[in-house]
Amino acid sequence: MPISDWFKAREGRRYTVASAEKSADLPDGVWLKCPSCKHTIYQGVLEENVYVCPHCAHHFELYAHARVLSLADEGTFEETESTLSSLDPLRFSANKPYTESLASAKDKTGMAEAVVTGRALLGGHPVVLGAMDFRFVGASMGSAVGEKIARAFALAEAERRGLVLVIASGGARMQEGMLSLMQMAKTSAAAERLSRARVPYISILTNPTYGGVTASFPVLADIILAEPGALIGFTGPRVIEQTIRQSLPKGFQTAEFLEEHGMIDEVVPRTELASTVARVLDYLSGPEVPLAATGAACRVPASTGGDE
Amino acid sequence: MAQFVMEFERPLVDLEEKLQELKRLDLAADLELGEEIKELEAEIEQLRVTLYQALSPWERVQVARHPGRPKTQDYVEALCSEVVELNGDRLYGDDEAIFAGLATIAGHRCMVIGHRKGKSTKENIRRNFGSPHPEGLRKARRAMLMAEKFGLPVVTFVDTQGAYPGVEAEERGQAWAIAENLATLSALRVPIVAVGIGEGGSGGALAIGFGDRLIMLENAYYSVISPEACASILYKDAGRAPETASCLRMTAEDLVGLGIADEIIAEPLGGAHRDPSAVFAAVERAVIAALSELCVQDADALVERRFERLSAIGVYAEGE
Ligand SMILES: [Zn+2]
Repeated sequence: MPISDWFKAREGRRYTVASAEKSADLPDGVWLKCPSCKHTIYQGVLEENVYVCPHCAHHFELYAHARVLSLADEGTFEETESTLSSLDPLRFSANKPYTESLASAKDKTGMAEAVVTGRALLGGHPVVLGAMDFRFVGASMGSAVGEKIARAFALAEAERRGLVLVIASGGARMQEGMLSLMQMAKTSAAAERLSRARVPYISILTNPTYGGVTASFPVLADIILAEPGALIGFTGPRVIEQTIRQSLPKGFQTAEFLEEHGMIDEVVPRTELASTVARVLDYLSGPEVPLAATGAACRVPASTGGDE
Repeated sequence: MAQFVMEFERPLVDLEEKLQELKRLDLAADLELGEEIKELEAEIEQLRVTLYQALSPWERVQVARHPGRPKTQDYVEALCSEVVELNGDRLYGDDEAIFAGLATIAGHRCMVIGHRKGKSTKENIRRNFGSPHPEGLRKARRAMLMAEKFGLPVVTFVDTQGAYPGVEAEERGQAWAIAENLATLSALRVPIVAVGIGEGGSGGALAIGFGDRLIMLENAYYSVISPEACASILYKDAGRAPETASCLRMTAEDLVGLGIADEIIAEPLGGAHRDPSAVFAAVERAVIAALSELCVQDADALVERRFERLSAIGVYAEGE
């Protein structure tokens, strides 16, 4: 069979989500140019490599649906809260009406909001898995994103599933004013609850992660991973430059910069994210042993087949 | 400090100056201007009322930023006794943009936390104009946890343009510091009363700016983004801030309407700086009322209610 058909068939085998239309809007046999090394790469090859350039390891943007599928065990992702979407509570219409921004984002992405959440298995572990999509109003957090995130935390707690969230965002959604700012408090409160319930939470920061979103649930994870070269921070570089009237140091606010400053656990290439997350979950989400009930100081190993 | 004139007050100030001139003339030359003076005085009074009674959101922002507006340290001085100030975050340094201290408000022993703007340029430079670095927010968090440990209610005064946007702030984890405060505040097992006294600039304000009660001064604002920054993004023109100030719904009244703030404290005509002692008394009454109500509540119920209150914030659609 022609290689393009093979990829299509392979997609059919692997992708169980109806809305994996990301590749459908591109004609078959598309060739893309890597913005970093300028190599021309066949779309299918890029897809096979989770949108990482096989020549220079440049990480292309990965849309939310493709992202969750890249992490979930094959065929296990089931979307939740797929119809939750934004309203226009402030009737915000400075320059461009908010309703128009929302409508064009929905058109462009086929998504109801900027975050996809669902249940899945990851390395065999039941998890709640979510990913944000920067194409949707810059993956900014308004009421709907905040509510979906809060529900993902609640679901993880209720079903004691590890939570894995892939972050990308320009920050708070200013078109929702204070309702948007308060989502920072709301999602942080949800993260604190999950933490107290001792359910593991892993966040993966991707390019770009900024503003009020960074300063809330993403950085409250037990383990924080980031993709190579991703820009991550609170204030955007342009605003900082305007404030301090100096140019910024090279590599400022990259994932590597944050690792160096002790803010994240590890920079992990996209191709190794699933296995890294699975390994963390092996440690943190083994069979739950209520410590007080058993009197044990540590988790009891699942199988105690000794081989000394 | 020379009297600071807000842009929209200019017509009033012009009339007041004219009145002074008339009075001087009358006194010096005995011109019998009594009638004219009386008329002008009436005109001024009328203008004062119309000018200040219905301030636009952008005018309120100017009042909230008035250099003579009472600051956190004024409230601490007026409301608190036996103050023991806490310094340092035990990690990096002490940030003077944030005040934290043990204090007694009308018999209630509390932990008081606030953004601290300066009253002069020199003081403002030391206090970074009330814009905290991560160490300031971490000092605040240390104070919150100490309050929880010793069963003291937390009272916060919110007045900042925002968390400081600088290189060092990023290096030391500004986002991390804010998020940790949000998580801590959301689950703290003592009452938290937040008072918006001036500017409520985004994440840096929120990091000490919510709890079981949010009390707003009439001209205080609280916003996800400054009206200038919003105008720069939307119109590429910060000069259109008066428009975005309205769109963002950032006034005390808006916040009550959105279910985020609980109570508005009226300010003297023209703003809190016109009669600070009246404002201190009103804030003290509101804080005491809130504390009296909250301090008798069971800690589990208090935290649960705070969580539910936060969880309920948001307007969205569900279903097709
Ligand atoms: Zn490349």
